[in-house]
Amino acid sequence: MALSVFVLILVIGYELAHGSQLAFRKFGWRFLTSLEWDPVAEQFGALPFIFGTLVSSAIALVIAVPLSVATAVYLVEIAPPWVRQTLTIFIELLAAVPSVILGLWGIFVMVPWLREHLFPWLLGVFGFLPLFQGPIYGVSLLAGGMIIAIMILPIITSVSREILRSVPDLQREAAYALGATRWEVTRIAVLSYAKKGLLGAVILGLGRALGETMAVTMVIGNRPEIAASLFAPAYTMASVVANEFTEATTDLYLSGLFEIGLVLLGVTVLVNALAQLLLKAFSGPLTTRP
Amino acid sequence: MNTLYPTHHRWRKSKNALVQVVTCCCALVVIVPLALIFYHVLKSGIGAVNWDFFTKLPKPVGEAGGGMANAIVGTLELLGLAALFGVPAGVLGGMFLSEAGSPRLNWWIRFVADVLNGVPSIIWGMVVYALVVVPMKGFSTLAGGMVLGMMMTPLIMRTTEEVLRLVPNGYREAAVALGIVQWRAALQIVARTALKGIITGILLALARVAGETAPLLFTAFGNRFWNHNLADPIAALPLQIFNYAISPYEDWHRQAWAGALVLLLLVAIVNVTVRVLTRDRFSHS
Repeated sequence: MALSVFVLILVIGYELAHGSQLAFRKFGWRFLTSLEWDPVAEQFGALPFIFGTLVSSAIALVIAVPLSVATAVYLVEIAPPWVRQTLTIFIELLAAVPSVILGLWGIFVMVPWLREHLFPWLLGVFGFLPLFQGPIYGVSLLAGGMIIAIMILPIITSVSREILRSVPDLQREAAYALGATRWEVTRIAVLSYAKKGLLGAVILGLGRALGETMAVTMVIGNRPEIAASLFAPAYTMASVVANEFTEATTDLYLSGLFEIGLVLLGVTVLVNALAQLLLKAFSGPLTTRP
Repeated sequence: MNTLYPTHHRWRKSKNALVQVVTCCCALVVIVPLALIFYHVLKSGIGAVNWDFFTKLPKPVGEAGGGMANAIVGTLELLGLAALFGVPAGVLGGMFLSEAGSPRLNWWIRFVADVLNGVPSIIWGMVVYALVVVPMKGFSTLAGGMVLGMMMTPLIMRTTEEVLRLVPNGYREAAVALGIVQWRAALQIVARTALKGIITGILLALARVAGETAPLLFTAFGNRFWNHNLADPIAALPLQIFNYAISPYEDWHRQAWAGALVLLLLVAIVNVTVRVLTRDRFSHS
């Protein structure tokens, strides 16, 4: 039964590779670099989706990493026990919120707020940057990134917390003995010791961010274009599959979607493998709870 | 030190205080989305949850009222099927990891299980589509249950292993010293001791897949009517929420919020209960 994991990963890889054969034979490597996604003309290129996935994940990391690592530091090094326990339950609860509910909230609460308040403000203050120009629809690359950030906050926080907790107390005591303040202890003795593990936590978060589907699909705007502005709608690999898979009328169309799935699988497996190796190297077997 | 460099000392102290305040604020910012989501789901959902919601089928567009009875039951049926596929494989796999095998093989199994836990849910859906839906020539309950079951397997495997490892080695040694063969010791002594933890893991895995939408899009597919046939499409709560949320109808949006409220409460109650009940025994590993 334990060996079923090997079967599962092989089956996943095989089915996606098998399904994408047709598209690969037709387009070859051009599939990855072509900008055109035109089901009617049967022209399929994945670049807009790769762009959307990478940029939305990057936005998510920029927002989520400082927040979650700081939260983990607070939980492990600073918070009194009752605060720690309560916050931990809240964070685990956030991790348990289904993606589709987050998306629902995103459509009806976050996006209107972005459209009416945050985006106009950003436009006013940073409007000179190409990143914050153009028409404001609300649904956008930035909205997608923010939703993903909310989704990966809890996982990065809880894995970082485990990492920090596994730093030996001797490290801290040694720094305190030298007269360091609590922050200096954290910086010198804890954070630098846990560097690799924290990197693992961040990369694990990246893995989740790349594959996020429902919530992103609902707020990113679903338009296969590459624009300089974060206000512009975009599309990700996971959401194009979610939206178009059941509508794919021709074999080639379906095969193109399978190839996108294969690319996504390849990237997430690599990223996750790297994260696991870093985490395992840091502290032996470390699990992420469901 | 203090007397020699008073300004430097004060600077270090204030930096320390600053960091404490900043990290505390970050922790608060992290739970703001949670609070907002709960607030809005409660506010918008509570009005639309009524008796009809739990007992009636969805109404056609334009007619007010109706409910999600079929989706609620559908989700439960799918979870039952998923448990049928995922629990035996997961629990037995976890027992293997903790009680048998070689360190090297087990390292690989753990590694692959952890990587599988990171495979995007949409990809599981595509795979089961190719594996089940295409040969059966149609979306089906069976495919929906299978995809959720497959996703649960590595999750349950890891949590089961984790709790089995907490069972003191003395138990195993005592059992073996009494002449019980290893597999019976594993099953009757070790697994029974850790039973509560194993069930916890299963419940958490179920709560996790209960909210999955992406893998069901092209396996279970959704259905506006009752269905209890394994070979036909079936409704599921997350699917219904998604379809209603992206629809242009005001009344459907209300129903989507109501569905979200029911699903969120379900998931939250399972999570909080399980974690509070098992906090003392299993939170530290």
